[in-house]
Amino acid sequence: MTITQINKKRKTSRKKRSKNSRIKSVSLSLTGIIVAFLFIFPYVTMLSTALKPKSDITDMPPTYFPKIYEWGNFIKVFQEIPFGMYMRNTLVISIATMIIGIIVAVPAAYYVARNNFRLRTPFLLLVLITQMFSPTSLLIGIYRELSIFNLVNTYQGLILVNVSFNLAFSVWILSSFFKSIPVEIEEAAFIDGASRFQTFRKISLPLAAPGIVTTAIFTFIAAWNEYVVAYTLASSPEKQPFSVGLSLLTGLYEVKWNFLFAGSLIAIIPIIILFISIEKYLVGGLTAGSVK
Amino acid sequence: MSTKTFKKGSSFRSLPWIGPALLLIFIFVLWPVVELFLVSFREISVSGLIKGWAGTENYKALLDNSDLSGTLRRTAIWLVVVVTLTMALSLPLAQLMNANFRGRRFLRYSVIVPWAASLVITATSWKWILDPYFGIVTRIIVDLRIAEEPVDLLGDPRTSFIVLLAVGITVSLPFTSYVLLAGLQAIPKEIMEASLVDGASAWKGYWAITFPLLRPAFLVAAVINSVYVFNSFPIIWVMTKGGPAYETDTTTTFAYKVAFRDQDIGQSASLAVGNFFVILIFIMLFLKLSKWKELDQR
Repeated sequence: MTITQINKKRKTSRKKRSKNSRIKSVSLSLTGIIVAFLFIFPYVTMLSTALKPKSDITDMPPTYFPKIYEWGNFIKVFQEIPFGMYMRNTLVISIATMIIGIIVAVPAAYYVARNNFRLRTPFLLLVLITQMFSPTSLLIGIYRELSIFNLVNTYQGLILVNVSFNLAFSVWILSSFFKSIPVEIEEAAFIDGASRFQTFRKISLPLAAPGIVTTAIFTFIAAWNEYVVAYTLASSPEKQPFSVGLSLLTGLYEVKWNFLFAGSLIAIIPIIILFISIEKYLVGGLTAGSVK
Repeated sequence: MSTKTFKKGSSFRSLPWIGPALLLIFIFVLWPVVELFLVSFREISVSGLIKGWAGTENYKALLDNSDLSGTLRRTAIWLVVVVTLTMALSLPLAQLMNANFRGRRFLRYSVIVPWAASLVITATSWKWILDPYFGIVTRIIVDLRIAEEPVDLLGDPRTSFIVLLAVGITVSLPFTSYVLLAGLQAIPKEIMEASLVDGASAWKGYWAITFPLLRPAFLVAAVINSVYVFNSFPIIWVMTKGGPAYETDTTTTFAYKVAFRDQDIGQSASLAVGNFFVILIFIMLFLKLSKWKELDQR
């Protein structure tokens, strides 16, 4: 075989390989996009329905896309259904859950990350076990207990239940953030005469800020999406978050699907964006550090 | 961690720091557990007042409930089918999410959507999509000439549970495949490449090298997913309310119906106690698999 022949052969094989890899990458992209579409299909349908005028909703058979795009539905939703009220309730519950959750979880997580004490192992175990419990399985107990406290159908009841069931994730993820701060920094402050609490407030807290933000967002989302407790406890519309309010609307004789979905999209899109922003930390927090 | 600055303190000194968290967990997580057990042995009036001890009457009533056996069977199917298929599908999905291609970010974000969005809303959307008259699935089926007439997949007991299983899988996949993706990303690139260079086929290399390294993540994802699936309420409740009749109930929705619709708190509590023990088994598995001791030992 002459050198030119060899070179020629090399060339064609390289060409072949690059063609192969191009086919491979195009087919990967195609697969990826098809799979992605399967996941967002229900939400795309929601958008298409939300943009339809009332007359199109009851078309038989239905159209794939709106004939006229009614972007105004996203504003009219506040008049057509009590969406503003549902959103107010959701915001009150989620913001309060987030704030109380952080106030309770941060000191606990910090102490657990930095100290060795006899209650430490039992406390960590308790937190882990709580993480696996969902209020769904304990609904009767929760309902009866809250009736004793007169907290059925109140914001406070929903907030306290939400905070308690989300503490596990918060404590877990926060203490891993505190642990990642080098002890030497705190010791230096300590030696400089700062008190224990000052060290915590001036040094550790600012350094753990990304962890605190992540935890706050997670708690906020969990409370925002919570359904079963609110469905059971919030009997009056004045207290219902959107998850309960909107789900009850589907039981009515005439369902305004376009407005129902316009509201739904307003309620889920900001949450999806927030969720993506903390995605990096989610797996670690939810698996209690057993994966990453 | 040095022990110079922070000595092993007494538990008493820890209370200002962990006390509030402890208190909330005791009051709102553990107390309901105790209350649940107590109620299951009580005779409760329809209005919720305790009339007295019931012994094991509530448990007997539950066992005599003619809808129990079907519900238990369906719960087992629900758990096994959803978890098995979710895990089986999330392996290739995680692989795809980890591959290098144009549009990968779009795929990753799309997979997150059902995880981030309210389950109630997702379920409502599926209910609308499957509406026999106005739903888009009817349109697709007619356009593809699979059927001439509108089909009521959710109203027909032969198909409704299958539809619920499918939706259950699509909303479970994001969590499990993200856990597996994290597992894949933790595998050093050299090992992944070595598995291909050695001349082994991609398929062989995957099962010989990648999967064994992925096994811990796989098991943790499976156990946590099992608890989620077992406790799952909104999907079934929004789409069928466990109906027609009790045809699509699992123990979770069944317990809800018995307590809050049939007003039989005692009987429902006895079922919930059963559910509690099932969850406890998963917790034990989780504790065994998780590396909580690492955080414990520091």
